[in-house]
Amino acid sequence: MSEIILEAKNIKKHFPIRKGLLLREVGSVKAVDDVSLVVRKGETLGLVGESGCGKSTLGRTLIRLYEPTAGEIDFAGKNFLKLRGEQLRLQRKNIQMIFQDPYASLDPRMTVGQIVRQPMDIHKVGTLKEREQRVIELIELVGLRKGHVNRYPHEFSGGQRQRISIARAIALNPELVICDEPVSALDVSIQAQILNLLKDLQQKLALTYVFISHDLSVIEHVCDRVAVMYLGKIVEVATREELFANPKHPYTQALIAAIPRVGHGKKKIKKSLGGEVPSPINPPSGCAFHPRCPHKMDICASKTPVLEGSGSSHKKACWLTEPATVE
Amino acid sequence: MTNSTVLEVKNLETTFASKAGPVRAVNNVSYNIQKGQTLGVVGESGCGKSVTSYSLMRLIEKPGRISNGQIFLNGRDILKLNEAEMENVRGGEMAMIFQEPMTALNPVLTIGYQMDEQIMKHKKCSPKESRERAIEMLRLVGIPSPTERYESYPHQLSGGMRQRAMIAMALSCDPTFLIADEPTTALDVTIQAQILELIQNLQEKFNMTVQFITHDLGVISEVSDKVLVMYGGQTCEQADTQELFLNPHHPYTAALIASRPKFGERVQRLATIEGSVPAPFELPAGCPFVNRCSRVKSECKGHKPPLVEIKPGHTVACFNPL
Repeated sequence: MSEIILEAKNIKKHFPIRKGLLLREVGSVKAVDDVSLVVRKGETLGLVGESGCGKSTLGRTLIRLYEPTAGEIDFAGKNFLKLRGEQLRLQRKNIQMIFQDPYASLDPRMTVGQIVRQPMDIHKVGTLKEREQRVIELIELVGLRKGHVNRYPHEFSGGQRQRISIARAIALNPELVICDEPVSALDVSIQAQILNLLKDLQQKLALTYVFISHDLSVIEHVCDRVAVMYLGKIVEVATREELFANPKHPYTQALIAAIPRVGHGKKKIKKSLGGEVPSPINPPSGCAFHPRCPHKMDICASKTPVLEGSGSSHKKACWLTEPATVE
Repeated sequence: MTNSTVLEVKNLETTFASKAGPVRAVNNVSYNIQKGQTLGVVGESGCGKSVTSYSLMRLIEKPGRISNGQIFLNGRDILKLNEAEMENVRGGEMAMIFQEPMTALNPVLTIGYQMDEQIMKHKKCSPKESRERAIEMLRLVGIPSPTERYESYPHQLSGGMRQRAMIAMALSCDPTFLIADEPTTALDVTIQAQILELIQNLQEKFNMTVQFITHDLGVISEVSDKVLVMYGGQTCEQADTQELFLNPHHPYTAALIASRPKFGERVQRLATIEGSVPAPFELPAGCPFVNRCSRVKSECKGHKPPLVEIKPGHTVACFNPL
């Protein structure tokens, strides 16, 4: 197994809820609640879950766009959370992000050239001339043309804008790129172009991805390992093959069963899971999934299961000893 | 079979006036749906699938208008109805579920008020009867404590519950024909499965005919009897669901299916369609797909391919089909 480039230990991100005249803290949204994970060099780690499960918050916390409430993050062997000032700025070069909405993540008043050059300006990479040269290289690398450099984001389609975001993200030769739902806002035929581009760039530039998505078909296509999140916690993590062939957590099983399959003809649809995701302000006791779980036992409501897998890389947070049988 | 046709659309054309001249968002689209069946309409943004359904409801507003064609609902051409007659059809005989329940529901009125408005208009019943019916419908779509939810405002419900409330509203006046415009696009997969199951069950229960619009090939493949593929405001291909996914003949349909990562079938690279979806005002002359097509021939430029039946029940608009 290749080396670990990022390790998060017991990360928590709680957002305070303030009320009243004095804005006293009356509670908190436990968006990410005690999550540990490792990212290995060169791999694509998928974070999958439904809306509100904390996958985007976790992604943002990993690069310190949000300061975690508790926990530790080691990046390239250094304690990332201890870094301040200049050291933090330098380390941030190595972690970049691609956002979901290419209409909101590009400044409409900057040209494409300025957008892609900005990270290099901030980090004072080379001379202006070198930077401009590099912008053209990057623009061509992501499949746009040299002539696009002086245009503005509104002149581009969604897929092209996402290409611009990608060029910006790789401008500083980062080691790790967090891709937060990078294809969710795009049409099907455009999604394929962007997914292929991300794969090509990963090979060419030896990139490591954390790939956040709610779409299991996309996750299955791009990821080497997958972590499934539910209500702020990772409930199962395994290699792609393992997770999809042999899902152990009832939630993962339900998610996989709910994917609409292409080309098997009309069928009687059966919901795989009743109920809805509960509020992260006041999550259920014990295992947060127990109110919706088809295999619920007494212990599930009282004690929180920990993510473990007896030494293997396939871990689950569930009290079931025998893997629940699907169907 | 023709006597059980619920909806027949003939040569529908919807045009929007713009500075650059008239834009045909729907261009000569024809199809029909038999009683109790589901037609899936699939396509990417700007292909005209939503404008088609708004045209059926006659909800096209200026600068748009239905510039040609006929729409027969249970044998009656609804384009010939006056506005008062159309109001009786809309929400009565024909109902619609929209994609975003938060924008489709009025935020300052309770769910109950919005349902009563419709039920009292179409059923001509007393407020008390209407209330009973509304609560009954809310119960039918699986909303817990429907009596309390009747008094709720839309923002007090979760996304899935709001979509259920929309469905309750749409079905409250026994429509024979239901248009579902991307009803699950804004929802999570497990909630999506719940809503699709609900729509199917209700369809069976009331023997409803459904037009289901989505961009999601997986969803369309599981809910539809027949599928209509649209591109650039036109029909590319139409066939039974299984046939369409197994033997797509239009290059666009084939490319669309191939470009979607399919669960359980891992490929190294996805097939792509070069370029991007053209805006309706910059459609090429001839076949709308001409600039992105891998099988383009000289006649594709400048001539519109006619819709040809290449097998019984399978029609394709292409000069060089697969």
